Amino acid sequence: MSKKYYERPVIIKQHSGMMNKFGSSPSLPPITEVEGIPVKELTEKYGSPLFTFSERKIRDNQRKMLRIFKTRYPKVQFAWSYKTNYLGAICSVFHQEGSWAEVVSEFEYDKAKGLGVDGQHIIFNGPDKTEEALEKAVKDKAKIHIDHFDELYSLMEITERLNLKADVAIRVNMDTGIYPKWDRFGFNYENGEAAQALKRIAMNDNLNLIGLHTHIGTYIMSAEPYRQAVIVLVELANMLSKQYDIALDYIDVGGGLPSNNTLKGQYLDAEQILPTYEQYADAITAPLFDLNLKPDELPTLILESGRALIDDAGYLLSTVIGNKRLSNGKRTIIIDAGVNYLFTSHWFNHKIAPAQHSGSFTENSAVYGPLCMNIDVLREDIVLPTMRKGDQVVILYVGAYSVTQWMQFITLRPNVVMIMEDGSVEVIRESEKLENITSSEKVPEKLNSFSLK
Amino acid sequence: MKIAVTGLNNVDNPGPGVPVIRGIREADDFDGEIIGLIYDALEPGAYMSEVASRNYLIPYPSGGLDIYFERLSQINEIEKIDVIIPTLDAEMFAFAKLKSKLESIGIKTLVPTVEQLTIRGKDKLFSFCEKYNISAPKNYLASSVQDLYKLPSELKYPVVIKGIFYDAYIANNFDEAESYFRKISSKWGYPIIVQEYIKGSEYNVCALGDGEGGTVGAVAMKKLFITDKGKGWAGVSIEDDEIIDISRKVIEELNWIGGAEFEFMRDEETNKNYLLEINPRFPAWVYLAVAAGQNLPHAAVQLAQGKKVETFESYEVGKIFIRYSWDLITDIKKFEEITVKGVLNNE
Amino acid sequence: MENYKMLNNVAVSENGFLFLPGTGESFTLNEIGRMILEYLKEGNSSNEIIEKIAGEYDVDETVAERDFNDFINQLKNFRIVDAI
Repeated sequence: MSKKYYERPVIIKQHSGMMNKFGSSPSLPPITEVEGIPVKELTEKYGSPLFTFSERKIRDNQRKMLRIFKTRYPKVQFAWSYKTNYLGAICSVFHQEGSWAEVVSEFEYDKAKGLGVDGQHIIFNGPDKTEEALEKAVKDKAKIHIDHFDELYSLMEITERLNLKADVAIRVNMDTGIYPKWDRFGFNYENGEAAQALKRIAMNDNLNLIGLHTHIGTYIMSAEPYRQAVIVLVELANMLSKQYDIALDYIDVGGGLPSNNTLKGQYLDAEQILPTYEQYADAITAPLFDLNLKPDELPTLILESGRALIDDAGYLLSTVIGNKRLSNGKRTIIIDAGVNYLFTSHWFNHKIAPAQHSGSFTENSAVYGPLCMNIDVLREDIVLPTMRKGDQVVILYVGAYSVTQWMQFITLRPNVVMIMEDGSVEVIRESEKLENITSSEKVPEKLNSFSLK
Repeated sequence: MKIAVTGLNNVDNPGPGVPVIRGIREADDFDGEIIGLIYDALEPGAYMSEVASRNYLIPYPSGGLDIYFERLSQINEIEKIDVIIPTLDAEMFAFAKLKSKLESIGIKTLVPTVEQLTIRGKDKLFSFCEKYNISAPKNYLASSVQDLYKLPSELKYPVVIKGIFYDAYIANNFDEAESYFRKISSKWGYPIIVQEYIKGSEYNVCALGDGEGGTVGAVAMKKLFITDKGKGWAGVSIEDDEIIDISRKVIEELNWIGGAEFEFMRDEETNKNYLLEINPRFPAWVYLAVAAGQNLPHAAVQLAQGKKVETFESYEVGKIFIRYSWDLITDIKKFEEITVKGVLNNE
Repeated sequence: MENYKMLNNVAVSENGFLFLPGTGESFTLNEIGRMILEYLKEGNSSNEIIEKIAGEYDVDETVAERDFNDFINQLKNFRIVDAI
């Protein structure tokens, strides 16, 4: 006779306002497989924890987003935001889909070049571009987005010294009605700094002004600020065409589109309160038709979306190390993935789904990572079914920023795999070994030996 | 014809579900069944046998839309619901986003659009009012204490310091403003709303928009008794063309669809009406509108079904509602039934 | 291993609903939780209960014992059972 399914005994006290499986916030339904491959199989083969990306999902996201914008404006170009996720395989999927590279440091610049992106398809953003990096970018004909006056002056000096022309845009910041204002990056519109910078560039023979850029913030929860931003850029573009007879190649509205990952302190789930991408696209494209240009002179609309294209294509598979009950009786689950891999869990309440079917009883639990540190909390409060040692969970919306902001702390970083469109699995970043860490360390000779008693 | 209504929590800060159902039941041509959708096993409306035939526990929308939809579909399998009338603020976004999905399983709803819900947000309403020349208290958004220093000089203390979702305090000077700023921001985040304080009395309008700019009906009310939680415990229907007209104008400009409550403050010196808030659902006192001659809940059900509804042009002034509490007696068995099975059968 | 008994007046329904008449508190139990209370009521010792669970359900005795102890601790906190 086969034995009955075992679920650990549970008793739940009934509180008003915190009722049961029907009334309270229930657990997510189990996610037993990713792209058709069982979670168990993936972790058995590639270890746990395991970052898993779906090639199909990335391509779908990119194609869908392109279609949303292209049906509203004729010329659209995406540039993949390297800082969001710069694993070579991920970037290459985007480049295969036609996206340029958007980088914010010399390291990212070199990474894009290394993957085979030529200079003219690299957008070089950010406040920290070294002289060497700028020289490189000028020689490669990269699109340099100037962040501040000091950078503008160095660029003038460099182009004159090299006797080369540079393709440039400026980053503009403006009041779009959102908080906080990102006025630390780029030239301010309201105080006239942007117009002044544009004038300076227009009068310089070595600088070829080809675009305007803005990036109003991150995880922008309404479409209206984008409209305000584009209105400002259009106004500047019209001024450039009238006063200096400059027709821009492109207007770059940056990124900042949110994913459905829910911010901490946000009562409602992100999917309920966020506008649709179509609504963002409406707000971004509508003001572009106020450009005083003939249709064939319309500039290209560049978008640098990161999070919105990759967040839901990444999954973190993790295994339960143990269960514990806190002194106040609260259930806690310890899993083998911690905040060292999931920096984003400081700002987001990542969704966590069980990876196997279990009984219908759920319990409010805290989910802790494996680090010997009090800050290692993935979720303070989440409703989950009863979990056993060795059971698994799937953490959702981990595609953006996690594998760029993660750190080697206490433990080494795990494998990252991509499930390819044909169902095969490829390791796209190998788990770290002790040598990866120690190979760049140096121990002074006098510290080379010791004896312990 | 089967109608499901939420918000049967008629406690000291009551949800509008019970009065909405009462209105629907009293309509002459109503012939159908009403079920309740409840979030808590102790929602009083669920135990009032004359309110809903059966009451189902549903998960909070904050738990995720898929799960929410799944539970509604599960109930729909059993009940075959024609119309759901949501009545609580916190579920409006969920129903707005699920509208077409619900329609695909045969359930119609009456709910404002996501854009309408967004515009009425505490941080957005002022600019909307400015655009359409509707008086509203002056509003400034602050995301740091520095912003408090930058407030324009025409803003005189006292001011109201409000959180983006909840909480409001009256600050009589800068120090108080700063301390409330910190208190609210630690709880609700940014921005903080600094609002002109208008001394006067509060007036409310309960209305229904048809989604095409038209107002099906609107009834004005003055609270006669206010609880320590700021809720009206008694009120009287009044004649006031101005606040009714402003409400109609907002409904027209927004093409508002569904029930709404408009809150006004009338300046005691100038007698001018300021629009304070728009709540995106019927108020808990909606039955006063029914009693005064405008059965707005029933009209809402008809609108949801896509039927043409007659507009209400007038209502009876001087009708009073007085809320009262009543201890309903039931058995622990009933509580067990709903806790364990998720449904309470009142038949 | 310590043995336990249910305190007076504790009523558990077939649905796994538990009401404490003395305090007015109510609880819900899953199937195994309800079984354990049933076994306690019948006067089984802790070891007997663990054996029964491991016999009937797909679980080894170590896990069953650990979960039993955790469960009993909660029951003690809620004043539903007491050590004999």
